[in-house]
Amino acid sequence: MAMFEGLAEKLQGALRKLRGKGKVTEADVTEALREVRMALLGADVSLKVVKQFVSSVKERAIGQDVLESLTPGQQVVKVVYDELVQLMGGSNAKLTVASKPPTVIMLVGLQGAGKTTTVAKLAAFLHKQGRRPLLTACDVYRPAAVKQLQVLGTQLDLPVFSMGTDISPVDIARAAVEHANRHGNDMVLLDTAGRLHINEELMTELEDIKKTVQPHEILLVVDAMTGQDAVNVAEAFHAQLGLDGVVLTKLDGDARGGAALSVKAVTGCPIKFVGMGEKTDALEPFHPERMASRILGMGDVLTLIEKAQATIDANMAREMEQKLRKADFNFEDFLMQMQQMRKLGPMDQLLGMLPGMGNMKALKDVQVDEKEMKHVEAIILSMTVEERRNPQLLKDSRKKRIARGSGTSVQQVNNLIKTFEQTRKMMKQFTEMRGAMMGKAKKGKGMFRLPFMR
Amino acid sequence: MAGFFSRLKEGLTRTRQNLVQKVEELITGRTRIDEELFEELEEILISADVGAETALELVERLRQQVKTQKIADPALVKGLLEAEIARMLGTEAVGVDLTKGPTVLLVVGVNGVGKTTTIGKLAQRWKDEGKKVLLAAGDTFRAAAIDQLEIWGQRVGVDVIRHQEGSDPSAVAFDAVQAAISRGVDVLIMDTAGRLHNKGHLMNELKKVTRVLDRALPGAPHEVLLVLDATTGQNAINQARIFGEVVGVTGIALTKLDGTAKGGVVLSIHGELNVPVKFIGVGERVEDLRDFDPQEFARALFGREE
Repeated sequence: MAMFEGLAEKLQGALRKLRGKGKVTEADVTEALREVRMALLGADVSLKVVKQFVSSVKERAIGQDVLESLTPGQQVVKVVYDELVQLMGGSNAKLTVASKPPTVIMLVGLQGAGKTTTVAKLAAFLHKQGRRPLLTACDVYRPAAVKQLQVLGTQLDLPVFSMGTDISPVDIARAAVEHANRHGNDMVLLDTAGRLHINEELMTELEDIKKTVQPHEILLVVDAMTGQDAVNVAEAFHAQLGLDGVVLTKLDGDARGGAALSVKAVTGCPIKFVGMGEKTDALEPFHPERMASRILGMGDVLTLIEKAQATIDANMAREMEQKLRKADFNFEDFLMQMQQMRKLGPMDQLLGMLPGMGNMKALKDVQVDEKEMKHVEAIILSMTVEERRNPQLLKDSRKKRIARGSGTSVQQVNNLIKTFEQTRKMMKQFTEMRGAMMGKAKKGKGMFRLPFMR
Repeated sequence: MAGFFSRLKEGLTRTRQNLVQKVEELITGRTRIDEELFEELEEILISADVGAETALELVERLRQQVKTQKIADPALVKGLLEAEIARMLGTEAVGVDLTKGPTVLLVVGVNGVGKTTTIGKLAQRWKDEGKKVLLAAGDTFRAAAIDQLEIWGQRVGVDVIRHQEGSDPSAVAFDAVQAAISRGVDVLIMDTAGRLHNKGHLMNELKKVTRVLDRALPGAPHEVLLVLDATTGQNAINQARIFGEVVGVTGIALTKLDGTAKGGVVLSIHGELNVPVKFIGVGERVEDLRDFDPQEFARALFGREE
């Protein structure tokens, strides 16, 4: 939820005034776009891109049919949404796969962008799709870079090809492809050393690798926190190597994401993947439409649903909903729900995907502490089945036993019980509230109904 | 020292081209100072990562000066800007005090900013100055991070206190301080795993490291050095603010300045935070990590001679 937060908040603020209006004048649009402009600049979007963006939104928004439509405010928001999607590449761009394996993918970028980690994540991603990736250590400069890739390979149980640090990266790349041919690896991922785009010698080395192994994909790895320079970096790499796509890393930070918005617009290279965390499974395909919805506070229900479908048992979910409605909710359910949620990924990211949630003040400062969740799990697991089903039983001596059993303190146990009671109350209110809102929505003016949401 | 200054100037070439030359292009050929000039100046500053707020503030000051001093010649704007930037940066160069050893220096930052490399360079520099240096491999999380520091230790010829990958960094901290005291070193530099500042549990882990350091040696860490990547945009401010709140950052090392045309973030840091920049990295060589001297920086930025 952190990513794009600042930008999202400001953009939503700028557009909120328009949304409800029955009549929108050209002056209203100009005023809103001025705020949009500042919001984008503040988020590190390249100046050039901002200017283009604002002028094309303006041109389309001031067009006759928009201002004279029944819901002009919402139409303007739709224009902004469309333009954002366009800006970020239209639709999800997939990796090119060679007709004759192995497919060679080369990752390049500045120092510290996250190339080595991304190679591992990408390998894990491809492996999950049934591919047989070979990780290749071409970074012979940074101390222990080869070792890093080897360790990651071991963690993933995937093969790593390396030849130490005394051999030229060009030769390593060539040998890796031959190795893949012999051993039946259908994907070769080349981890190259980080380099400045102005370092001619090292840029030439990349060109040589490219000539030698002719990669099917050259992906530029960009740190999402990069500022106005992101565009220059991308342009320089693109000019010399001809990039096929971009991987944006560290999006789980609180970067305002301007780089994401600029890179595609300037180089024409689509963002193919985004890195969302430190673990090797934290790599997601990039969907411009979904990202645009997230930026405009409309949530990213699609990703959430996909994640949920992949991990949550539908019957269990239905049962849980029944229980929630009746507020007949005990520690066993609490535990089960927590375990299901954890399968989905970090809580803060999940919350950000819910429509309207990004705006909820109460949730703004919520810090979800994964370690704390483990404590909670331990506490519940130290309860007897009866205690879990009937929390009223929990008196002092039982609490003491539970605290000892879970390696926590009575205070922590008390805290959990308190939180649990609050959650139960909140859940009840929430389901009632949602029921009421749904009723209203049917009358035609629900908060989630936007003109382009069918 | 002449060589030093020219290296700095060279390292700032790209920022200079992007900032100063654009300002020059802006003012040449103009006959008067008008609102349009100020607006374009503001855009130039923003696209150099000076930050929207700081840029607005800078331009506002220029506007006032032009008004009160009744300046009409656009060519003078560059001089005014240079003076304003120099004024913003201040005059004082703040270093690290190594006389009251052992000085414990904790190095923190987000992933990939160059913490380990900065430590390697600092170790080399201080060793060359005759100091006894000890390193602590506190990044127990990232694959092969310990080896990376170890290689630096071998290169420089200083010892590295290390535990196994996956162990508690606080335990490394404790052992390292014990070793520093018993070996009588001047400075202990502790590496930490890169962490995004918005991850509460990782920031808590860092806080624990500082607590353990303080318990092992009251007053430690004496310096908490936040490493920032100069290519980072406005997010650098968030990083500095949050790391500052959690572990009390005492100084900033700004790396990779040579690779960016956007060194303007230095101004942003000075303008919006109360933490001094202590070191800047303007190249890959060990001597390219240097003490930050604000006035020298301003002169080099505007391409002046020493």
